[in-house]
Amino acid sequence: MTQNIEKFDVIVVGAGPAGNAAAYTLAKAGKKVLQLERGEYPGSKNVQGAILYADALEKIIPDFRDSAPLERTVIEQRMWVMEDESYVGTTFRSDRFNQMPGNRYTIIRARFDKWFSEQVQKAGALVICEMTVIALLRDESGKVIGVEVDRDDGKIYAETVILADGVNSLVASRAGLREDIKPAAVALAVKETIFLPKETVEARFNLKGSEGVVIEMLGSISQGMAGTAFLYTNKDSISLGIGCMLSDMKAQNTTPAELLEKLKQHPSVAPLIAGGETREYAAHLIPEGGYHALPELYGEGWLLVGDSAGFVNAVHREGSNLAMTSGRLAAETLLELGEKGLPSTAANLARYKARLEDSIVLKDLKKYRNIPDTLHSQRQFLSDYPALLNGAAHEFFTVDSRDKATKEKAIFNAFRERRSLLGLLGDAYRLWRATR
Amino acid sequence: MMKVEEKLFQNRYRVDADRPHIRIKDESLCNNGCVSRACTVCCPAGCWSFEEGKIGLITDGCLECGTCRVVCDTHGNVDWNYPRAGFGILFKFG
Repeated sequence: MTQNIEKFDVIVVGAGPAGNAAAYTLAKAGKKVLQLERGEYPGSKNVQGAILYADALEKIIPDFRDSAPLERTVIEQRMWVMEDESYVGTTFRSDRFNQMPGNRYTIIRARFDKWFSEQVQKAGALVICEMTVIALLRDESGKVIGVEVDRDDGKIYAETVILADGVNSLVASRAGLREDIKPAAVALAVKETIFLPKETVEARFNLKGSEGVVIEMLGSISQGMAGTAFLYTNKDSISLGIGCMLSDMKAQNTTPAELLEKLKQHPSVAPLIAGGETREYAAHLIPEGGYHALPELYGEGWLLVGDSAGFVNAVHREGSNLAMTSGRLAAETLLELGEKGLPSTAANLARYKARLEDSIVLKDLKKYRNIPDTLHSQRQFLSDYPALLNGAAHEFFTVDSRDKATKEKAIFNAFRERRSLLGLLGDAYRLWRATR
Repeated sequence: MMKVEEKLFQNRYRVDADRPHIRIKDESLCNNGCVSRACTVCCPAGCWSFEEGKIGLITDGCLECGTCRVVCDTHGNVDWNYPRAGFGILFKFG
């Protein structure tokens, strides 16, 4: 290294929620930050459902509501357990979500990420788009000291590199910082953005003003695979998608596009999107391996944040909040080291992990550490139970000449035949164990 | 049923002509040594095909998700890169 080469305090690779949270927090505190994004503009390569969790962003930009492009405030959450012709569902709708500052919002990521990046730039970070990081630079001791980009003489140096380059994180795996993702630790989700007049969205979902609805779905729609689907209401569009574990998708013959088509044709979904115009089709991998699949989170001169670190809580469909929180915590760790005059050695960066362990990020991932294995090995939760539940509801809500005791017995027998008495008890135990 | 081609038609791309960002390392391995050819099922953009005993890959409609690389874990036969900076899918909504 020569002394007249410009050196940054921190290089952030990627301009998604994790990278933006880190770059913003560092730049705001006066650090010299360079953020690199391979897309034409921040957001042009990013895909999410998408729900924004206010709490995580509020801790970074407290007054974000004044300027962020938000679609709708979630005031109603539905959960549907589906069979081919029906669903059994729960709904939670509360006007309290209207009275307090919004807790969850639907967003359109291309718009939101652009806004977030503008805040990062206003805070003082240098953001360069259309630049892809192809490798990490190291010194003789192996410490990461910068990045190499896809330009001539593309070497840029920094004290610390934060990798926020998403689920595929080619940079991290090629540098040997982590293994490439495995099919059993990742879900493939596909989504359409379907446009409808604002009034139609509001009438179909019983909404006024900026109110919004979220529907989470599981059951026959994933055709026996471990997976879920979602429907989110935006201002004048609907985001409809479905995701399944890639290891399951690999072992069957339905394409993701067909899976989404079948979801669109489900008799409970079709009327909600009828007459809508699909204006985009997107796909994205989601790291759902959970706690046991986490890579090393830091090392000499580098940190992983967001999807590149695998911070997704598959049970609660949370990821962007963990991304933002991990980005903020990575930044705060570096600010602490800066104050104390400590270098970015692995030993010092261990404070990042301590902060994660003390936060929602690793606390929640730890709590659900056994869920991925349980769902992989215990398929009854995704196929048998949705079918049994819908069968029971059909039996119960079809009024005919049979007496109620006979109906109850038929329902109970259906459960016992499919899962056996011991199986039912075992399932209850397994579910409790996995979420304990 | 909306075909995958119709879905992709709605998307915005800046195609890097004649510079595919994904390559097959050894086509004969796909044609003769692979039973599942999971890429042809799992690719959400239908970029992969297997016709008349030959694997085919056209990356123009690629959504840059990484699925083909990850499902080829047994053979590791996919040389997967992002398109050159500025090229590829340009999500309008994401």
